Amino acid sequence: MSDFVKMTINDIELKARKGQTVLEVAEENGIYIPRLCYLKGINNEGDCRVCVVDVDGQNGLKSSCKLEVYEGMKVNTGNEKVKSSVKNSLELLAANHSFECWACSREHNCEFLRLLRKNNVQNPLAEKQEHGRKERVIRDSSVSLVLDSGKCLLCGRCVSACHTYTGLDILSINKRGSDSIVESIDPISIDNSGCVYCGKCIQACPVGALTEKDGIMKVQEALNDPKKFVVIQPAPSVRVALAEEFGYPVGTNVEGKMYRAFDELGFDDIGDVNWSADLTIIEEGYEFIDRLQNGGVFPMFTSCSPGWIRYIEGYEAEYLPSLSSAKSPHMMQGAMTKQYYAPKMNIKPEDVFVVSVMPCIAKKFEIERPEMQSHGHRDVDAVITTRELARMIKYNEINFRDLEELKPKGQLSQFTGAANIFGATGGVMEAALRTVVEVLEGKSFDEVEYKMVRGTEEIKEATLNVHGIDVNVAVVHGVRAIKEFFEILKSGEKQYHFVEFMGCIGGCVNGGGQPITLPETYEKNDFIELRSKALYDEDKDMALRKSHKNRAVMVTYEEFLEKPNSHRAHEMLHTHYKNREYLKESK
Amino acid sequence: MITLAKLMKIKEKTLNEVGDKFNKNIELNSLEIRDKLRNAGVINPLSIEEYIARDGYLGALKASQMKQTDIIQEMKKSGLRGRGGAGFPTGLKWQFAHDANADQKYIIMNADEGIPGDYMDRIIMESDPHSVIEGMLIAGMAIGATKGFIYLRIEYPKCKVVLEKAIKDAYELGILGSPLFNTDFKFDIELRIGAGAYICGEETALIESIEGMKGQPRNKPPFPVTEGLYGKPTVVNNVETLCIVPQIIQKGGHWYHKIGNPETPGTKIHTISGKVKRPGYYELPTGMPIKTILEQVAGGMANGSDFKAVLFSGPSGGFLKKDELFRRTGFDTLAKNGVQMGAGGLIVLDESNDIVSLCRSFMKFNMKESCGRCTPCREGTVRIYELLKKIESGMGTDKDLIQLEDLSYYMINSAFCGLGQSAPNPVLSGLDKFRNEFQNKLYNFGEGK
Ligand SMILES: Cc1cc2nc3c(=O)[nH]c(=O)nc-3n(C[C@H](O)[C@H](O)[C@H](O)COP(=O)(O)O)c2cc1C
Ligand code: SF4
Repeated sequence: MSDFVKMTINDIELKARKGQTVLEVAEENGIYIPRLCYLKGINNEGDCRVCVVDVDGQNGLKSSCKLEVYEGMKVNTGNEKVKSSVKNSLELLAANHSFECWACSREHNCEFLRLLRKNNVQNPLAEKQEHGRKERVIRDSSVSLVLDSGKCLLCGRCVSACHTYTGLDILSINKRGSDSIVESIDPISIDNSGCVYCGKCIQACPVGALTEKDGIMKVQEALNDPKKFVVIQPAPSVRVALAEEFGYPVGTNVEGKMYRAFDELGFDDIGDVNWSADLTIIEEGYEFIDRLQNGGVFPMFTSCSPGWIRYIEGYEAEYLPSLSSAKSPHMMQGAMTKQYYAPKMNIKPEDVFVVSVMPCIAKKFEIERPEMQSHGHRDVDAVITTRELARMIKYNEINFRDLEELKPKGQLSQFTGAANIFGATGGVMEAALRTVVEVLEGKSFDEVEYKMVRGTEEIKEATLNVHGIDVNVAVVHGVRAIKEFFEILKSGEKQYHFVEFMGCIGGCVNGGGQPITLPETYEKNDFIELRSKALYDEDKDMALRKSHKNRAVMVTYEEFLEKPNSHRAHEMLHTHYKNREYLKESK
Repeated sequence: MITLAKLMKIKEKTLNEVGDKFNKNIELNSLEIRDKLRNAGVINPLSIEEYIARDGYLGALKASQMKQTDIIQEMKKSGLRGRGGAGFPTGLKWQFAHDANADQKYIIMNADEGIPGDYMDRIIMESDPHSVIEGMLIAGMAIGATKGFIYLRIEYPKCKVVLEKAIKDAYELGILGSPLFNTDFKFDIELRIGAGAYICGEETALIESIEGMKGQPRNKPPFPVTEGLYGKPTVVNNVETLCIVPQIIQKGGHWYHKIGNPETPGTKIHTISGKVKRPGYYELPTGMPIKTILEQVAGGMANGSDFKAVLFSGPSGGFLKKDELFRRTGFDTLAKNGVQMGAGGLIVLDESNDIVSLCRSFMKFNMKESCGRCTPCREGTVRIYELLKKIESGMGTDKDLIQLEDLSYYMINSAFCGLGQSAPNPVLSGLDKFRNEFQNKLYNFGEGK
């Protein structure tokens, strides 16, 4: 039997592979079929009925995303029947949508708006809105995530994304008929639903029904307050993703322009979380060495991904002693900005306002944890995502592409290549190894690239002989892989010493706060690969590539922290965790 | 284990006990036939013995000695078409499930009867529960399924009691759960109660519901006969379809095929409600003119009522006017005239019934029952309902009528499942046959209303 079928689409004769859908075949042959709920690899339910086609000999129109090709099939994708159906579907959805485009986070890349324009939808049902309108429910009690049913099109992409990426099934479409609504397990509070804030649902949403909790307002207020000394600090992976918001190819590093934009936005000082990434390596590295030499708890887990922290606290709390006590880099950076850097410049900690730009929405939750303070001052005052930073730049009508590059001079903005790679899966591990190996061996090595922990395989393992000890390391990213790894761990098959965990597949480069891309662009580019490459490239070009060679960090020890894991370091740079397994039970 | 000898012994004993109870005449209209309802009102539905005394389970016995393909052949010969609404040939459905290769197959009896006004399935289950159990048994033998589910709507508490007792008795006698009539075929039946959603009557939504999910239709294909319950080949049949199976096997396909309209052989139980003298349920051969049903069976219009129209299958059906009453029943015969026979419920309307208002209330039903999965039905039912409300209140415009029609055709073309695809039927039929009633209600500028 042949693996191919002959068929026609719009009278064009085509050969298609068996098992393909009409949508796939059309796409391969350059025939565009509009779609809404279909999201490649994530959602394929055929519910929105926007991708309908007319098939000869069949009653009614069919969703092409579900429809398999067969021999002799005759498909029409654009006759009057199809066109009017698409238009009707969009009109109906539009009649129930809260159009607040000017205030919407998806103003610039709303899939729905684009569909409406492309299909010339006039919205004749709008006048009847007061009757058939569903009740608008905005769930914004979470510190990270907002769900707005007024904008929701019930496409189900977020529900599928949650399922596909985490397997935690926090979201579902509840109720029936026109009362249908996307809700979390605890409908009132996503915080109490066991959500880890990977943010994949936001990125799957075609509109602004799911967004991060706004941080811009708070930042703008601080900037407007003359008494505040506002410091901004971007995470490693922000600089390799921000560019996409301004039309650059995926994987463009716009570090210099980003710094300039901070300046134009009116920030008083620029730090860089890359600095504290180096600091984190020293603290975490010495913690590891201490556990190794003094019989501490193994395996030791990294602690920089707050999504991962949500996961372990909520689902595997018995392993909390394994977690490194080191705060995540930007929390350390905030503490050091207020407690060390500002006083050096005769600025009082209470006058400092620290803003982190993060690829992540879990960071919004992290800064609210009560223990994230030093001497009564919050370590970080506000978190905005990469997307929100882009929005601020756009709101302020800064022409990003024309900005001249800037290199900040502040002590807390200097970093090594080891910090760069924090943004990719395996990066924290590699950076740690660069330092730990040299400290244990007591000598310097030229080779710094630990390629075995790089790449997108979901669970990576390696064994290194360090100073006579076989050290087993592993790198795990994405909630599904984390779940799987805990099964391996519990089976006791292998003893691990050091494990890097990140809540998002690919690490921070693919975080839930990163720019949202229209599906067709997303399908054509390997975002994780391209953004990570930009980080590794920058690392390669750096003169210094080991955290312990960062002078700006070492000076901090000399002047303030004394030595790694000192009492003061513990006070300001380390934290503790909480069993939150009630999250699991609420499921 | 159950054997022929055991059945015969029970029959003999019971016949002695009941005396001439079975010979009592039930008053029937001369046009009625009692095939499906042959035991209704005759036997005690709580007594398996009385069912056996009326030759119950002899169909299963006969089937147990037949080859699977022969059972299916007999069903095909009978021409039986599913009574759940779609009229799919039952023999063919079984054939598909039989041909599907799998380690496990299922039979599901669809007893979710949810159309307002319909209650033929309830009558069958309440009066003769063993007939459907036997029907399921035979279906199981034919396709090689060893497990059956009855999916009963929650609003039928009496059926639940009767079915529970019947299943228990069948187990005790070794008809269920034990090797049947010296074969190694064993069949189990489990009773599941629905959660009260009309959409769960749609076969794939029903399957989802049995699997413990929210009752929402699945994409077809794959059809249940190849991938149904838990992904296994599954036959879903309606109550009225299954109850006649034992007699078809016992008396032969030819016997059944001779009854009624050749394109829909056999009888159909109609429930007749509305403005007639004798509303009720009637088992009638198919192919009967509707006029005959209304006048001779249901006794004509109630006193003081003038006939306006008859509506088939409620919220998904269409109207027939006076000049169309010569039409005969049968799936294809009626469909040719733009009316779905559906499950066979008839609502008779008189001049006091307002078509727009009726359409509105049916659309409300569909709106409430929409599962919400697809855009056309979730949003469309709401908008059509709003439009009808507006027209009914005298505020409608010409544009609203156009939109009403436009949205209706859109739903028929693009809704995901039968509910959404047939929800606009009354509206379109109403617009077709009673357009003036819609038009007369439009906002009239001249009168300055
Ligand atoms: C919205 C909807 C509701 C339905 N409800 C029922 C029902 O209550 N009972 C039933 O037997 N079939 C119902 N059906 C039809 C079933 O999907 C299916 O066709 C039937 O159970 C098959 O049985 P049959 O072949 O014996 O007719 C419904 C279909 C739809 C689309
Ligand atoms: S047509 Fe209605 S009932 Fe059927 S899938 Fe769509 S929303 Fe659900």
